[in-house]
Amino acid sequence: MKRRTLLTTTAAAAALATVGMPALAQDPTKVGFIYVGPKNDGGWSQHHHESALKMVEHFGDKVEFVFQESVPEGADAERAMTQMALSGADIIFTTSFGYMDPTINVAGRFPDVKFEHATGYKTAPNVTSYSARFYEGRAVMGHIAGRMTKTNKIAYIASFPIPEVIQGINSSYLHAKRANPDVEFSVVWLFTWFDPAKEADATQALIDQGNDFILAHTDSTAPLATMRASGKEVYGFGQAADMAEFGPAPRVSSIIDDWAPYYIERVQAVMDGTWETTETWDGIKDGMVGIGAFSEVIPADVRAEAQQMVDDIVSGAYHPFTGPINKQDGSPWLAEGEVATDGDLLGMGFYIEGLTGEIPS
Amino acid sequence: MGQIDPILLLASLMVASTPILFAAIGELIAERAGVLNLGVEGMMIIGAAAGFIAAYTTGNPWLGFFMAAVVGAALSMIFAVLTQLLLSNQVATGLALTLFGLGFASLLGQAYVGKSAPSFPDWHIPGLSEIPVVGPILFKHDPMVYVSLLLVIAVWFFLNRTRAGLILRAVGESHDSAHALGYKVVRVRMLAIAFGGACAGLGGAYLSLVRVPNWTEGITAGAGWIALAIVVFASWRPGRVLAGAYLFGGVAVLQLNLQAAGIAIPVEILSMSPYVITIVVLVIISSDRRRAAASAPASLGRVFHASS
Repeated sequence: MKRRTLLTTTAAAAALATVGMPALAQDPTKVGFIYVGPKNDGGWSQHHHESALKMVEHFGDKVEFVFQESVPEGADAERAMTQMALSGADIIFTTSFGYMDPTINVAGRFPDVKFEHATGYKTAPNVTSYSARFYEGRAVMGHIAGRMTKTNKIAYIASFPIPEVIQGINSSYLHAKRANPDVEFSVVWLFTWFDPAKEADATQALIDQGNDFILAHTDSTAPLATMRASGKEVYGFGQAADMAEFGPAPRVSSIIDDWAPYYIERVQAVMDGTWETTETWDGIKDGMVGIGAFSEVIPADVRAEAQQMVDDIVSGAYHPFTGPINKQDGSPWLAEGEVATDGDLLGMGFYIEGLTGEIPS
Repeated sequence: MGQIDPILLLASLMVASTPILFAAIGELIAERAGVLNLGVEGMMIIGAAAGFIAAYTTGNPWLGFFMAAVVGAALSMIFAVLTQLLLSNQVATGLALTLFGLGFASLLGQAYVGKSAPSFPDWHIPGLSEIPVVGPILFKHDPMVYVSLLLVIAVWFFLNRTRAGLILRAVGESHDSAHALGYKVVRVRMLAIAFGGACAGLGGAYLSLVRVPNWTEGITAGAGWIALAIVVFASWRPGRVLAGAYLFGGVAVLQLNLQAAGIAIPVEILSMSPYVITIVVLVIISSDRRRAAASAPASLGRVFHASS
C-alpha cells in the first residue's frame, strides 16, 4: 500500500513538474528514447539513435537526452516507459512496432507526457504515431533485384507479420515481377527483429536454395555479412542504415531511415507548447526514406531505371501500389490506374497475387 | 521440398550447432564439478567480441579463437573467485556475470561494428572428403567443427575413463566427502569453471568469426541460455549434449529451409519447432526415472567451505 502511495505521489510530482516545464524556459526539455535493439546494431536502432543525437546537437543544452536500449517488446517496455515518465521526461519516442500497446497503456497513466510511437497505427490525445513509407524504397530494390537476378529467385527475410513488413514484401515482389516475369519469390519469417545468428542461418539457407537476391527486413548486418562470406554472386541491400561497408557487393543499394528532421520538429513543438496528436507517414519525398548510392555492380541502364523510379515517386508521378493489382486469392484489389489508399496500406494484412505461402497470424 | 539439398542442409546443420555445442560442453564440465554457472551467455559474448577483435587486428582467425578462450576463461575467473573463495550465491553471481559480459562486450566491440572477419577456410580432409554424400556433409568443414567434436569425445573420455574425471565427478556429487578424502574441492571447481569459460568463449568466437561472420552487439541473442538448457535436458552426459545441440541446430536450420522452399506448414509451428522438439526428445531419452534422479550432480549449486 505504501509503495503504491509513493508511486502515485511520484507520478503526480512528475506530472506537476512536466506541466510547470514550458513556463520555465531555461529548464531543458527531457527527451526519452526506447530502442528494441542495441544502439549500435548497425541498422534500425542505430539510426534512431543517430537521428536522436542529431536532434540533441541541434538543440544543444536546451534538451536533456535519455535513452534505453535493447528493451524487449511487451511488459518490459511498459516498465521502461513508466520509469522514463516518472523520471520527468517531457516526450518519449518508442521506436518499435511492438511498443504500440505498451505506449498507449503508459500514456493513459501520464496524460501530460507526450508519446511518439514509431510504425504503429494507434494514437491517443498524447500519443502520436509516425512512420516512414519504406515500401517506396522496397519498390526500387525489388526492381533492381528483378532486373539483375540470374537465377530468377529472390527472397525476403521477414521479421514479424505486421503491416509495415507485409507492405515491404508486396512492394518488392510486385516490382521484381514487373521487371522480370520469371521471378520466383520466397519469404522466410524469423519472428525476431534482431538475432544475428538466426538471420545468418536464414540467409545461408536461402543462398543454398539458389536465391541470388536477398532482401532483409531485420535489424542486423548479419545477412550481408553472410552473403559476403559465401563468396557467391549473391546481393542484398542495406536495411535502415546504408551499410556501405558491405559495398560495392553484396550491398548494391540501401533503404536509409532518417528520423532527425522529424525528431527536431517534434521536440521543438513540445518546447513551443504546440505539440498535437498527428499521424505522420513520410517517404522519399520528405527525406524520411533515403535511397543509398547505387553500386557500380548494377548495370548502368538498371541504375537509370531505378533512379527514374525514385524521381517519379518523389514527384508524385508514380505510386508503388498502382493497379491493376489483385490479392493473393485472385480477388481484385486495385483497378487499372487506381492507387492504394493510406488506410489500405496501414492495415495491410494480405499478400498480392503471385506470392505463395500464407502470412502467419 | 525439391529445392532443399539434403547434403547442404546437413552440412549447415553442423555449422549452426557448433556455438551451442562448445558452450554446452564447457558448462557440462562445470556442472559435473557441482558449479552452476549461469554466466554462459556473458562468457560467450565476451568471447565473440575478443575473438573478433584479435582476429581482425592480427588477420589470423586462430589467434582469435585462442584469445576468445583466454578471455572467456578470464571472465569466468571473476565468477570463480566470487563463488569459490568469497562464497557468494552461484545463481546471482552467474546472472551478474551475464549482464557484465553483455555490457563489457559491447564496450569492447564499439569500434568493430561493420568490420569483417578474416576468412577461415574450410579443411577438406584428404580422402574422406571425396566420399560421396558423407564427404561433403562431415568432412568439408572449418577446423573448429572438428575441434568441437573432438572436444565432446575428450570430455566423455575424461569423465568416464580417467582418474581426474572421477575426482571431478566426486567433487560434484559430494564436496564434503571429496574434501574428507583430501581432494582440493575449490581448486577442482576453479579449473572446471575456467574450462567452461574457455569453451563458452570459443562458442562465442565461432559466432562472430564463422557463423555470422561479423561483430554486432548482442550477437549471441540467447544462445548461452539454450546451451544451459541443453545441459540439463541432456542429463549431464556429453553424448546427449552433442545430440541436443545438433538436434536444436538441425531443426532451426531445417525450419528455415522449409520456409524458404515454401512448404505448406504454418510458420508459427515451424518457428517454435527447434525448442519443442529438442526438449521433447531429450526428455524422452532421459525419461528413465531412477537414472534421471541420479544424473544431476548432487552438490550442484551448493556452496562449499572447508569448515562446514
